[in-house]
Amino acid sequence: MDYVIEMLNIRKEFPGIVANDNITLRVIPGEIHALLGENGAGKSTLMSILFGLYKPDKGIIKVRGKEVNISNPNIATELGIGMVHQHFKLIHNFTVTENIILGMEKTKGLSIDIKSAAKRIKELSNLYGLKVDPYAKIEDISVGMQQRVEILKMLYRNADILIFDEPTAVLTPQEVEELMNIMRRLIDEGKSIILITHKLKEIKAIANRCTIIRKGKGIATVDVASTSTEKMAELMVGHEVNFKVKKGEPKLGDVLLKVDKLNVKDNRDITAVKDVSFEVRGGEILGIAGVDGNGQTELIEAITGLRKVESGKIILNGEEVQDWSIRKRNELGLGHIPEDRHKHGLVLDFLLEDNMILENYYKSPFSSKGILNREEIRKYSDRLIKEFDVRCGKGSKTIVRSMSGGNQQKAIIAREIDRSPQVLVVSQPTRGLDVGAIEYIHKRLIEERDKGKAILLFSLELDEILNVSDRIAVMYEGNIVGIVDAKSTDENELGLMMAGSKGGNKNEKNI
Amino acid sequence: MKKISKYFTNEDYQKKIIPFLSVLLGFIMGALIMLFSGYNPLEAYSALLKGAGFYGSIKRFGDTLLNMTTLIFTGLSVAFAFRTGLFNIGAAGQMLMGGFIAVYIGIIFDLPRIIHLPFAVISAGLAGALWASIPGILKAKFKVHEVVTTIMMNWIAYWSVYYFVPNYIPGNFDTESAVIKESASLRTDWLSSLFKGSYVNLGLFLSIIAVIIIWWILEKTTFGYELKAVGFNPNSAEYAGMKVNRNIVFSMMISGTLAGLAGAVYYLGYTNNIKIGELPTQGFDGIAVALLGLNNPIGIVFSSFLFGFMNAGKLFMSASTEVPKELIEIIIAVIIFFAAANLMIKGFLSKINKVIYRKEGEKNV
Repeated sequence: MDYVIEMLNIRKEFPGIVANDNITLRVIPGEIHALLGENGAGKSTLMSILFGLYKPDKGIIKVRGKEVNISNPNIATELGIGMVHQHFKLIHNFTVTENIILGMEKTKGLSIDIKSAAKRIKELSNLYGLKVDPYAKIEDISVGMQQRVEILKMLYRNADILIFDEPTAVLTPQEVEELMNIMRRLIDEGKSIILITHKLKEIKAIANRCTIIRKGKGIATVDVASTSTEKMAELMVGHEVNFKVKKGEPKLGDVLLKVDKLNVKDNRDITAVKDVSFEVRGGEILGIAGVDGNGQTELIEAITGLRKVESGKIILNGEEVQDWSIRKRNELGLGHIPEDRHKHGLVLDFLLEDNMILENYYKSPFSSKGILNREEIRKYSDRLIKEFDVRCGKGSKTIVRSMSGGNQQKAIIAREIDRSPQVLVVSQPTRGLDVGAIEYIHKRLIEERDKGKAILLFSLELDEILNVSDRIAVMYEGNIVGIVDAKSTDENELGLMMAGSKGGNKNEKNI
Repeated sequence: MKKISKYFTNEDYQKKIIPFLSVLLGFIMGALIMLFSGYNPLEAYSALLKGAGFYGSIKRFGDTLLNMTTLIFTGLSVAFAFRTGLFNIGAAGQMLMGGFIAVYIGIIFDLPRIIHLPFAVISAGLAGALWASIPGILKAKFKVHEVVTTIMMNWIAYWSVYYFVPNYIPGNFDTESAVIKESASLRTDWLSSLFKGSYVNLGLFLSIIAVIIIWWILEKTTFGYELKAVGFNPNSAEYAGMKVNRNIVFSMMISGTLAGLAGAVYYLGYTNNIKIGELPTQGFDGIAVALLGLNNPIGIVFSSFLFGFMNAGKLFMSASTEVPKELIEIIIAVIIFFAAANLMIKGFLSKINKVIYRKEGEKNV
């Protein structure tokens, strides 16, 4: 058979670690080929090799049957290989067109010929149904739209082998759906796609074949249609995976967190949380679902103290805390697993051990009279690393920036859960994580609940909300449209509520 | 072999040898320039070393230490701000204000030495702190960038001294102040006689104490931990319950204190009076010292020693050889260039390592 891409017996070593060990990947023209593996399994390394960012130690790469030496990304581009990175490489105060032509600007006289470039971008955008405005500024468009600009960048360079690195990690469910349609269009037009992901659902929905790698080794290449999700998960993780976490009936305690008629403004000074009221008892998990941008972020920030409250009350453990400082709230028993782990959760340039004590550094035993106790900090950090299986090259002395996203998240979760707060506000805890890690995090959250803690879980993943929560509140345009019992609801009902209709209308089907 | 190889590949080690390589490259470049322009680099460098007191005269070595003293303080000042996420370009102004207050106290008051000297030195630190607190507060309250405000504060200091000196503490010339009383001077007989008349003074010990204290604050205390967290990521510091704005002001004030003390050791230890119409260049050299010292207190001792001896030796070099003293400026510039362009050097190191490794591999096959 003819393959458009063949990567044969690729091996790549980094100091102290074999990232790719004898991996073979073959892509048939016109297919969507998924590359599945846990965080840190070596997917990104393999694709970076194909894209010319790394040089393999061993192995052969063939493009359209011809052996090639891809020593830098320019050669990859010439060969028609394009890549959409997980973190977009766009300049925020440039327009779409300016970003796309960057590096290959055509000139007309002394100035850049923006017009004809914009025209071509418009044509490409129409051809693939991307709906991108060539003159919009990047900072003004949504994340989903930015991703399409990245796709256009590849198409503009005439790429026909497209690599998507975790493309759905940053998207809302709606945007994911749109992206899949775009991918189908690309295939219809004769492109081939390599999709790096660890989301089995997406692979099932869109991919033709799937190559699975585990700890740097190629495990198998399977036909997606004839392989069950469970089987793929097992191949990826190396053991059986439970998708449904086991949990017993909640043993309800006192109300630990009460939010009463809360109003909060967003950065643009518009009221983003409107008269929101709810209660969370000890021993239960209240899930908050909703499409991104319906006031969840502002609500979290108000509860945790990062944002000022306009009016209303937040009652934590019986105390009115809406005017308290963050530290006082933390000391009273509030934990927070933040939505944006890089912005809020971690000091990326600190060592892992210094991140583990980020909120408790001033307390015994980590310090006394203002002097840090390095030995205790190390011991504590080592324990958390072991207990929560945080994988990091140099243990407690790893710079956090060098760790994979999944392990960074595990570090935050370890820190927050180990503080054992009465009320834990959790936002997108498993974004970008693989099934093994997700399973583990869900288990830990439920353990906390069973210890009698109150957990408030914000997630854009409906599966996660349905799986973990006891009750589910849905936010729409800053309001809570309804609170339903997790056992008696389904995706359909939640979907309707997320679009703004009141809870309980199970018969309505069309969203 | 492994042990050497880690200096080429391991990032932590790479970081540590880059400053040394930069210095080496700077001197090689300087030698090349001299060869091209027809001077003898060996002669020039040996004159430089002699001028800095590495051999020959112990007085000259004292002058090297004297130069180093001020640079340790300004280097620490800039580095401390850097470590906490701030770019303090105002060390010159803070140093000038600190120095002015110190000199003022040194002239006006008549006190026993045991009170007068500490009084003057501490006041200099406080003046620097106060001067630096203004950009700190502006940054914390109104998000005004400290680069802009510290530069402006430099000129405010410049013109304030320009006004105050001739009006309140006039000296023999219009352009300088009176001389401080001996009881406020950092010079001591035993050090001067030890170094055969050099003005090296008690400030040297103060600077070493400052290095230790700053190292201790940054590495060992919760206060330093907080300041670094705010510097690296104010958002996560806020999330963790730290007072971000307060820490910005504190950082600037400590940085300013160090710069103010630089003023004390320079004006109370070396010049003994203050001139108007000049911003002390040591304030700006502090940026280079901090950069080359990797913002690390111990590194700063090394880098200020290097800058100190080049400053001390250059005059002797240009006097005793044909080589103009500007050559030293070129060498310093090249050193700073390589230290700043550390990515480039990292690339070189990896390449060198590959070559070595490949050769080893061939042998093994």
